Amino acid sequence: MARVEVRNVSLTFGAHKAVDDVSISFEDGGFYALLGPSGSGKTTLLRMIAGFEFPDEGSIHIGGEAVESVPVNKRRIGMVFQNYALFPNMSVAGNVAFGLQVRGEKGETVRRDVADALELVQLGHLADRRPHQLSGGQRQRVALARAIVTKPRVLLLDEPLSALDKALRTDMQVELKRIQREVGVTTIFVTHDQDEALSISDRIGILNNGRIVQEGAPEEIYDRPKSEFAATFLGDANIFAGTFDGTRLRLQNGEAIDLPSDARPANGDLRLAIRPERVRLVPSAALAESGSSQSSSHLAGTITRRMFSGSQSTYLVESGGQEYKAIVMRGNAGELEVGTPVAMQWDRSDLIVL
Amino acid sequence: MAATMTQENGLRKAFPLLLPAYAWLTLAIFLPLSAMVYFSLLTSMSPSEQSSSLTLENYAAFFSDPLYVTLLLRSLRLGLVVTLICILVGFPAAYVLAKIFKGRAREAIFLLVILPFWSNSLVRVFSWSMVLREGGILDTALNSILPFEVTFDLMYSYPAVVIGLVHSYLPYMVLTCYLSLQAIDDALIEAARSLGASRLTTLRRVVAPLALPGVLAGSALIFIPVVGSFMEPRILGGRGGTLYGTVIEDQFTAVYNWPLGAALSFILLAVVLVILLVSAPVLRKTA
Repeated sequence: MARVEVRNVSLTFGAHKAVDDVSISFEDGGFYALLGPSGSGKTTLLRMIAGFEFPDEGSIHIGGEAVESVPVNKRRIGMVFQNYALFPNMSVAGNVAFGLQVRGEKGETVRRDVADALELVQLGHLADRRPHQLSGGQRQRVALARAIVTKPRVLLLDEPLSALDKALRTDMQVELKRIQREVGVTTIFVTHDQDEALSISDRIGILNNGRIVQEGAPEEIYDRPKSEFAATFLGDANIFAGTFDGTRLRLQNGEAIDLPSDARPANGDLRLAIRPERVRLVPSAALAESGSSQSSSHLAGTITRRMFSGSQSTYLVESGGQEYKAIVMRGNAGELEVGTPVAMQWDRSDLIVL
Repeated sequence: MAATMTQENGLRKAFPLLLPAYAWLTLAIFLPLSAMVYFSLLTSMSPSEQSSSLTLENYAAFFSDPLYVTLLLRSLRLGLVVTLICILVGFPAAYVLAKIFKGRAREAIFLLVILPFWSNSLVRVFSWSMVLREGGILDTALNSILPFEVTFDLMYSYPAVVIGLVHSYLPYMVLTCYLSLQAIDDALIEAARSLGASRLTTLRRVVAPLALPGVLAGSALIFIPVVGSFMEPRILGGRGGTLYGTVIEDQFTAVYNWPLGAALSFILLAVVLVILLVSAPVLRKTA
């Protein structure tokens, strides 16, 4: 259990800069997600913290100790691999005991710790099975038990849930979180699944092209993304691109949008984002009837597609040659038909200046 | 019920695919071997003696003369030594090939391993004789480097036979070990390392047990032919190369006592089979 500090770390593979001047700290006992598309450098960063790769530049501290040149077996870390990497030649108990045995623990201690760890992941009854006799979820638990039984200073997980089906994945997310709380180990979790990152972690670091794009609490990143990449990779976003003329954002097609009242951007090219669930759809006919004019920001458009997904509907709205997305919770309001002329409305404060 | 049905069905479908191989094996191995079994039971094969009859005398000869047993034990020991050296030399090479080199470098090194397979075995053995004899390549090279005079003559000795055989059979070990090592997921090695295991411990507890089937396959491929080998012992071993295999060869090519040669061959086959049968359960347990 320890704080992990990554400072100005870079690693180049041939001509490809896999990790480019990354600095990030992981607080003691925190649950962190490193989120990014494939090739973003998130796994390479994790492997450098583990000790499988060594940075060209920069430093890595675990619990205050500089470890960037310490080999992996001396770092006292625990790691869970994407395909679990259980030793097929050992039983479940043998797998979990391995880390204790190579540390020279005595037989009685090993037996007790293995039993405790298997109890923690609720697999005590399968101790004598071989890995190939287990289901995916059970293997996942064994891998986790094996990684934490040695009481590592930091637990590293490399896309551990990606091989599981969706229902099982959700179960395992809850389980993983519970175990992490119980053990209290600093945990760094690599994933490309944004929902997973949002639901499981205390903090998220978003990576792209080997750099940390944004780092913060899930709500913070979702509500205040700093870039178009962060806005669209974590959740969905409509982007308004245009020119700021001092008062309003002017889109290419001539439409103008009010900025949030507290925004003070420089004149010139500007991008705004809004989450689809913040967009309200009002049929143009109803708008004319009520006589309420253009009080709030809005854009006129036409519904081109409706995607029904149970509790909500996602509409695609065409406006000025652009397609926008609106998510509407199904309440008492009826569904809108494709082809209906609508006004997209939102509160100015929901707009995000990128 | 359903399982047997599909199995029968599968067998019927597989039959055309199995037929060529099994037809060939029957013709090429079973028939000549049957003939040999018959020869081994004859009193004589000389055409001048008309009264050739069936007997077990040839088999009895093996037990009556302690020379055969001594030679068989010598051959078995040679098989053991050669196999062991092949493991010690071949496994590390296979490990580097499978786990460290990638891409072009791997192909190049691989080629060097396979190369002995592409040269004629007789040429290989004779080229060793040029290296190992007194005044040969090795002797000359050593004397040009070392400040003092040495006479280095390995030719016609037991070590020469071992060197020649290791050279001939090493690729089998490298290839079988390579295949089983390559099948080991790199993540398993990384997992062991992340749990605190040193490289040596990882090798001992994870890599070696998982590569064992390859080592065993390679050992079987080497041990069996080495025990019956005659060419390398004959050319490189000289008087020191009298082994069970060379005695069998003599019966066929020099003494023309085919019945005895055949009988000795079958005794060797039986001994090797017994060794494999006895060791199989033990090895399966360790694997």
